[in-house]
Amino acid sequence: MALNNIWVFAQASNGAPTSATLELLTKARSLSSNVVAIIGGDGASAGVLGEYGATKVYAINHGSSLPGVAIASALKSVIDGGETPDLIMFPQNYEGRDVMSRLSVKIDKTVITNNVDISDSGDGVTVVTPIFGGNTLVSTTFTGAGPYLAAFRPKSFAAESAGGAAAAVTAVAVPDLGATGAANVTAVHVEETSGPKLDEADIVVSGGRGLGESPSYALIEELAQLLKGAPGASRAIVDAGWVPYSYQVGQTGKVVKPTIYIAAGISGATQHMVGMKGSKNIIAINKDKEAPIFGVADLGIVGDVHKVLPQIIAALKGR
Amino acid sequence: MKGLPLGNNGGMNVIVCVKQIPDPAAPGALDGATNTLKRDGKLILDESDGYGVEMALQLVDAAGGGEVSLVSMAPNGETSGLRTALAMGAAKGVLVSDPALQGSDALTTAKILAAAIQRLGGADLIIGATESSDGYTGTVPEQMAEILGLPSVTFAKKVSVEGGTLKVDRQTENGYDEVTCALPALISVTAGVVEPRYPSFKGIMAAKSKPVEEVTAADLGITPVGWAGAGQKISNVAQAEARQAGEIIEDDGESFGKIIGFLENLKVI
Repeated sequence: MALNNIWVFAQASNGAPTSATLELLTKARSLSSNVVAIIGGDGASAGVLGEYGATKVYAINHGSSLPGVAIASALKSVIDGGETPDLIMFPQNYEGRDVMSRLSVKIDKTVITNNVDISDSGDGVTVVTPIFGGNTLVSTTFTGAGPYLAAFRPKSFAAESAGGAAAAVTAVAVPDLGATGAANVTAVHVEETSGPKLDEADIVVSGGRGLGESPSYALIEELAQLLKGAPGASRAIVDAGWVPYSYQVGQTGKVVKPTIYIAAGISGATQHMVGMKGSKNIIAINKDKEAPIFGVADLGIVGDVHKVLPQIIAALKGR
Repeated sequence: MKGLPLGNNGGMNVIVCVKQIPDPAAPGALDGATNTLKRDGKLILDESDGYGVEMALQLVDAAGGGEVSLVSMAPNGETSGLRTALAMGAAKGVLVSDPALQGSDALTTAKILAAAIQRLGGADLIIGATESSDGYTGTVPEQMAEILGLPSVTFAKKVSVEGGTLKVDRQTENGYDEVTCALPALISVTAGVVEPRYPSFKGIMAAKSKPVEEVTAADLGITPVGWAGAGQKISNVAQAEARQAGEIIEDDGESFGKIIGFLENLKVI
């Protein structure tokens, strides 16, 4: 089927579109010549959105309301006004999931999440979802009429500028949300990290439960700093409160694809592997030689992280 | 949806959505005929839902009254995971079990669970996990909120109720937001929001006699369900390209040198 109109849920951070946004716009413009970017706020980033392929921007200022219900309600009003997209692409993250969930009920359409690819054949629109830790790829085809709602994991597509002109911005008002609008943000907290961002770093050093105790995470931070990389973590130690959630690599955390990924004391649960299997080179240190992480490692050391990490750190400092 | 009155007895009623899943420690498999996840073995309470059950029990305790109820959807009248949550301290449950539900998408699941919540008469607060550990679509709680006409706060990592108002620290990409919300409302809680308790022996014994009402999709008035209502069909299942196995060595006290050499080869040091 022809995709005559694709909407992309766009997001900005510090005034610039996120990398996930640019990836989705790049893919969208390969599927359709008519790509609309949906963004919270005033649409200040319309220049870059246009450069990457958006021909139009709907800017939705939701104030202190959580974006999920507010943006979905505004989009419903656009659809009710007669404009029906064939496909709406979302990034697989908090805001993306909330907006698509609310909208799916409002327009009574299915959602397919966690995708890494999309194609449009004569038979319909098909998305690809990895399951079982990425060992199996499931292709699912939407049936019936659109709009089709699909969410994509970060780094599923390469972001490439199309050299397009700034997109025209149309402000869309948020309708009265009634009782559903009762949730309001009263304060915003940013947890600063030094060094490169986890999902953009060329080298990532992650620690897990095998570190034993919370203070041992200092070894991970020190090694990451020496290698000019970013420290990461498995869900187990984030849940245990050793490090903030922003450090988490995996299904429910960040997806990373660095040149080198060092996993120290991480066994390699499916939930973690999904977030790092795309790394170019993987080094694993774990005392259990049966640990699944060794199945994806280019270099695996069966040993105690408390011995091996200090040795690496000392060797690097001595250079 | 109308919540039960707050303040009359100082109590609070909470409904937790729980999923019963195949043991994640066992390797997952697809049914060759339907391409759905095999769920024919014993099912357990999804670990992600233990946090919601614990959160609910603590909120009811802090309110000085009220009760925790459960809703779940599972094949074959399965209640073993529900019994775990009842043993932790929940009072009762509704189980939707119906062969017609196989192949249901997230939206249909949300419609079913929302109808089960209404069958219980609603509550002051509905709690779900951010995503299940087997299907991880991650949209069901927010879809339920929309169906029920409730405000929602997803990805809650800290929750309290003060003077009838919900206060939540909500996880964001870069940190967290403080969010306030009037009740009734729905929240999804992250793993680690609280430490789930282990059921006591007394709790396990008591759970055996707690009421679980089993209903079908038709009882709830929801049609069509299963593949018929899904809006999607699986068109192909393939194995992903496997990574080449690398060099695995036992540490002899000197193997850190291997790592240094590996990094040198890649010219990063």
